[in-house]
Amino acid sequence: MATDTKAPHTGSPAPDDRVPVGRSGAQQQIARVRVPTRSLRSELRAIKVVWKRELIRFSRDRLRILTSLMQPFLFLFVLGTGLSRLASAGTHGVNLRTFVYPGVLCMAVMFTAMFSAASLVWDREFGFLREMMVAPVRRSSLVLGKCFGGATVAGFQGVIVLCLAGLVGVPYNATLIIEVFALQLLLAFAITAFGVMVAARITQMQSFMALMQMAIMPMYFLSGALFPVAGLPQWLEILNRLDPLTYAVDPMRRAVFAHLNISDAARRALDPGVTWWSWHVPGLVEAAVVALLGLAMLTIAIVEFSRAE
Amino acid sequence: MSDTATTAPSPATETAPSAAVSVNGLVKRYDEVEAVRGIDFDVAAGEIFGFLGPNGAGKSTTINMLCTLVRPSGGSALVAGHDVVAERDEVRRNIGLVFQDTTLDGYLSAEQNLRLHAELYGVPRELVDERMRQVMEIVGLWERRDSWVNTFSGGMKRRLEIARGLLHSPRVLFLDEPTVGLDPQTRSSIWRYIRELKEREDITIFLTTHYMDEAEYCDRIAIMDQGRIIVLDTPEALKAKVGKDRVQIETDDDQAAIAALRERFDIEATVAEGAVTFGVEEGGQFVPRLFDEWDPAHPPIRSVSVARPSLDDVFMSYTGTTIRDAESGQTDTRRNFARMMSR
Repeated sequence: MATDTKAPHTGSPAPDDRVPVGRSGAQQQIARVRVPTRSLRSELRAIKVVWKRELIRFSRDRLRILTSLMQPFLFLFVLGTGLSRLASAGTHGVNLRTFVYPGVLCMAVMFTAMFSAASLVWDREFGFLREMMVAPVRRSSLVLGKCFGGATVAGFQGVIVLCLAGLVGVPYNATLIIEVFALQLLLAFAITAFGVMVAARITQMQSFMALMQMAIMPMYFLSGALFPVAGLPQWLEILNRLDPLTYAVDPMRRAVFAHLNISDAARRALDPGVTWWSWHVPGLVEAAVVALLGLAMLTIAIVEFSRAE
Repeated sequence: MSDTATTAPSPATETAPSAAVSVNGLVKRYDEVEAVRGIDFDVAAGEIFGFLGPNGAGKSTTINMLCTLVRPSGGSALVAGHDVVAERDEVRRNIGLVFQDTTLDGYLSAEQNLRLHAELYGVPRELVDERMRQVMEIVGLWERRDSWVNTFSGGMKRRLEIARGLLHSPRVLFLDEPTVGLDPQTRSSIWRYIRELKEREDITIFLTTHYMDEAEYCDRIAIMDQGRIIVLDTPEALKAKVGKDRVQIETDDDQAAIAALRERFDIEATVAEGAVTFGVEEGGQFVPRLFDEWDPAHPPIRSVSVARPSLDDVFMSYTGTTIRDAESGQTDTRRNFARMMSR
């Protein structure tokens, strides 16, 4: 792999990989680099470095970490506490904060993932995208690295919200944490893929943000993050079932409710589960829906970026 | 030039196998507009080849095609022996790029930017540290390796980009307006390194520039205008063809002044850069004569400038205009400023 000796006319192939260079008399050794031909390993290196860049940039951006935590706090502790005074009859004794917890976690993940994908638009605007696009690696590696990076950062945000579970009455149970963690990571990946797909076409930050808000807000409100998905008016039920986010929130809520010690009535009312023509959709199928959509968007993003100049 | 001739054994047939860049009938069409209208040229290995021309002449489109960023509409091009369409990755592996606009990540340190590049280009791990130190020392940024790139001045960013372009030891280094916005000292140190680099590493350098004085560092120059190569030769040969000093005078009535010059001095003048412009053999001796013989009836002369023949004049003699800045906006302002400062 590292034996790319294709250089057809290098006058004298440096025997020991070094060409002596004299700079104003002083002899200096210049390491001559042979860039290896493309291989799986070089693609993996590319994926890894693009991923790592996302992490470095996120860790530098303390303000972003802080501000993206604002929203979940507001929803959980302000809205959750305020509304629970109104809704105590309908929740069968379950704290509203506990009920909205999976939805709020999803929101934190979604917004972080969206901002991660938005960095691609900045990269284009500030020129850095070009540095990546001209590298001798597949565009798919760049897109994958970006999506993994976004997913990791958003997943990290999810973990912070996960840490708050105890404050809203969700038990710290190992199985529960693993389930919720896996689901939110899946969501983070899918949303980043969605954002990267959009960023392939949208080159202006304002347009990108406007479009993402337009997509994310309805998706969020229709998903049942803030209400139970059974007994809805038909129009809302149809929209709810069409909303991809429904299939991320619902399994997460099931996981949470499975570990709550509450009455059957409360369970039926608050965690009815998504149905397709009265068929109870299993959690794994729901997760598969999210995964498939994420992969589809990833594929589109890769195709778009491979086509770009 | 003589040293180029020794590396390119057959100057008669320019398609020598050792050509670092070989372009045949290259065309780029955007809908109805032909940005590049069929150009042919070869760049010998080890050469410093300059591309000169106004904005919109097709320089950037050409360089983008050679760097595999833009697909040609017609013709072919080989870079480092590889076809830019069929062997895109091979080409990319063998070229270094320094673009006109910065492509650094300002939120990473200088070192992190270079490491990222090394990873993307698959530079062998055991060589990364050493090579990185070398290229950063060359551009004098080793001490600043841990600083955020955002804290760098324009000149430092450009130096870092050049270091990055060299990191993977490319066979051909493309520099699109490499010294725009740099102070004269940095510019000359960059040029010194470029020339040294060419001697030591057998690297070919392909650059575009606006600066006529920089074009003179090149072994050969191609002047491009409106999508075509107008002339391709060594700077010396090009200047020899012009051979005259350029005189510019400012008057209140340019047309009357042109008529007067024709009538009294038998000189054909045109208006360029807002002044009446013409060429004479010895500008310094002509000016006193001009004032002696200038009729009070002619429009008064407000100012006079005389310039030795430069590539500007070469450009003008082939295209009828001086290098004009067709761009608008900030880049343009910056560039004009940079040009102004460089004079």
